[in-house]
Amino acid sequence: MNVNQVVKRCEGLYEDLDFNAVKQWKVAAPGRKAIGYMPIYVPREIVHAAGMLPVGIFGGGDQLEVIQGDAYYQSYICRIPRSTLELGLTGRLDCLDGMLFPSICDVIRNLSGMWQIMFKGKYVKYFDLPQNYDDATGGQFYVHEMRTLRSDLEKISGKAISDQDLRKSISVYNENRKAVRELYAYRAQKPWQAPTSEVYLVLRAGCVLPPEEHTALIRDYLRETEKQSRPKRDNARIVLTGSFCEQPPLGLIKSIEMAGCYVVDDDFQLIQSWLLDDVSLEENPLEALSKAFLHRSASTASKYDVKKEDKGQFLLRQVKTRGAEGVIFAAASFCDPALLERPMLQEILARQKIPYTAFKYAENTGQMAPIREQAGTFADSIKLWSAA
Amino acid sequence: MSTATAKKAVLKEDSMWLQKEMINRNYHEVATAHASGRKVSATFVPGNLNELLMCFDFARRLPETDALQNGLRKKSGKMIMDAERDGHSEDVCTYVKADLGMMLQGDIGPTGEPMPKPDVLLLSYTGCFTFMKWFELVRQKYDCETVMLHVPYQGDGRVNPAMREYVVKQLKDKVIPTLERVSGVKFDIDRLRGYMKESVKAEEDLVGVLQTAKQRPSPIDGYFGAVYYIGPMFTAFRGVPEATRYYSVLRKEVEERMRAGKGPVTPDGDHPGEKYRLVVEGPPNWTNFRDFWKMFYDEGAVVVASTYSKVGGVYDFGFRHDPEHPLESLADYCLGCYTNLNFPQRIDMICRYMDEYQADGLLINSIKSCNSFSAGQLLILREVEKRTGKPAAFIESDLVDPRYFSAANIKNRLESYFQMIKQKRGAAQAVAA
Ligand code: SF4
Ligand code: SF4
Repeated sequence: MNVNQVVKRCEGLYEDLDFNAVKQWKVAAPGRKAIGYMPIYVPREIVHAAGMLPVGIFGGGDQLEVIQGDAYYQSYICRIPRSTLELGLTGRLDCLDGMLFPSICDVIRNLSGMWQIMFKGKYVKYFDLPQNYDDATGGQFYVHEMRTLRSDLEKISGKAISDQDLRKSISVYNENRKAVRELYAYRAQKPWQAPTSEVYLVLRAGCVLPPEEHTALIRDYLRETEKQSRPKRDNARIVLTGSFCEQPPLGLIKSIEMAGCYVVDDDFQLIQSWLLDDVSLEENPLEALSKAFLHRSASTASKYDVKKEDKGQFLLRQVKTRGAEGVIFAAASFCDPALLERPMLQEILARQKIPYTAFKYAENTGQMAPIREQAGTFADSIKLWSAA
Repeated sequence: MSTATAKKAVLKEDSMWLQKEMINRNYHEVATAHASGRKVSATFVPGNLNELLMCFDFARRLPETDALQNGLRKKSGKMIMDAERDGHSEDVCTYVKADLGMMLQGDIGPTGEPMPKPDVLLLSYTGCFTFMKWFELVRQKYDCETVMLHVPYQGDGRVNPAMREYVVKQLKDKVIPTLERVSGVKFDIDRLRGYMKESVKAEEDLVGVLQTAKQRPSPIDGYFGAVYYIGPMFTAFRGVPEATRYYSVLRKEVEERMRAGKGPVTPDGDHPGEKYRLVVEGPPNWTNFRDFWKMFYDEGAVVVASTYSKVGGVYDFGFRHDPEHPLESLADYCLGCYTNLNFPQRIDMICRYMDEYQADGLLINSIKSCNSFSAGQLLILREVEKRTGKPAAFIESDLVDPRYFSAANIKNRLESYFQMIKQKRGAAQAVAA
């Protein structure tokens, strides 16, 4: 496959709101099960160790016509819960044997209860992630949450998940995260070779593909794109942040790039880079997953910063290590976590004299002109500023 | 007004005067805390650990009550706009913006006294992620110590031992040591037990008061009136003997009204007569509170039960603070607040209220800027209608943002809703005949 073919394949997966990839995976062997999860983070290793396919559900994008889902939400609630309900109500998620709703915000939390009522008979778990990062406290609670998930999945599959199964899955995901890190590092180094509109699609493929296959796909992409030399532009290097849940339409990512920005880091598919390094294979697997979460994971608006000094450090590191020149805050409209976090991060950037701009979007935003204009002005000002 | 009638009016509302005094005194205590060598804590209503904070002699601030009081005094609109001008999104919770706007305006509290910087922000909250961001924002501004108490959500509709253990452990290992360090006061568990004993008495009386609404006519309004009744319990007074006295006075007053066959007291005097009995879900609007309430009593509507009056503790299904197991009981308290219940539990609770309080219907007041309550309320509406066969209606407003209170719209909706109840009732009677 050449790079275009890889991207085409990812695009096909991204556009397929019927989740045929999941269905195909399920029919390939008898008794296979798939479990959906919503943003931002769940330990997919446990689902994988149960022999099941973890499936990332990131709303309906801009191609889905939301009719029934709208009847459940007022105009002042973000779009992802309504399009996710639409997916469910139109039978598109029937291929899932369960859904995980991680603790990220009140909307997803409430959706977990709605799912229990509206999709009776399906496994639903609200997956509570700790906001206390001591091993003996938050860690213990988190291990308990994971244990519950483990035993729930054992019941669904009818077979036990051994520690060895878990270790194997951790190792599979360690490899997947490694590939994602390579992809991010490559893009930061040569953003003209790996445009974010492509990188995004490659990552999104990880929502529906088994991790082993996804890892190979990332590496195919890296290998193939390197073969094709593409023009390098004098674009502004930016970190995009705030898009960790409801996703912007692909057109928006393209517009930012067309406006003269190279996205050198982002939080679109945070789950895939959430754990910052390899999870230990030596310890008890659930404890190893817990430690990785508590001590070595990404920061985001839904996660508590223990000290004032911690706020914004992750973003500053992203800016610094990726050699970014500015930050774009792109948040879904009505997204409380992202929009409440934003002024704090902006204050920190301002103190460091790092330029930023901010806008809101919805997953079905159609009008790109204002965003393209804003991103263009921002890119121009960065270039002027750095030339001065 | 003659002196005699004035005296009568005062006597009639003893509990209201008591409460007003308590609130004003608390604001004054907070305002003068630093001058008198006391430390100041700030915390939230749902899951507030008042008894624990008292063990460390803190003067206790509750930013939500500040926002609410500023809303009632029509000051919040400008505060919100100031916060928006300062870079806060128009999309986010207006309670937060009212608080930040108050800070921007020099931190003058609702009673006109300057509010001191809190010495500690106790991030103990249940059922709303915004709280976490709120205190992070305040911390960024004030640079004060923050301590987190993460309360897990009842995602499965129950509290499992690991959840309780997690909360207790945080209390022991994080919260109490931090409060000791900031206050310089050593924790004394017997002191905590003592406060809890007071809490239990007040809790009994509060439940007694709220449950009088099962009577016909109801002597109280379980929403507009109840927000006053829950005031001391949900804020800086639970565990204080004064609050115990308040609730015992209140209960006597309410029971007296019940015996006399009277309806609730409204700002315009006695309720004109109960025609519709409602259950209400969702917080009220504060900026136009009286106009809002009037739209109900003018039409003869009484709210017999509400979920909002359970945000700072669901006491009517049996929970009481337990002095024998103080920390576990604090954990259970936090875990059990209304906002920490999952959707099936919330719907069950509302259906139970509809039944036990013989309500004619459910009204949802959806708050524009409150995801915690609003996301999913339309499903609550459908489910409750389906399960009870009673009509439900939906109105929209905001807690403290006057821009989102459209009196004409709400009034129209309410009037047609009451018509609908009447028609349904007529139809039911016709069938029965
Ligand atoms: S977009 Fe924001 S508010 Fe909406 S569900 Fe996601 S995190 Fe929650
Ligand atoms: S979102 Fe709602 S519950 Fe949360 S702080 Fe705001 S008003 Fe309160």
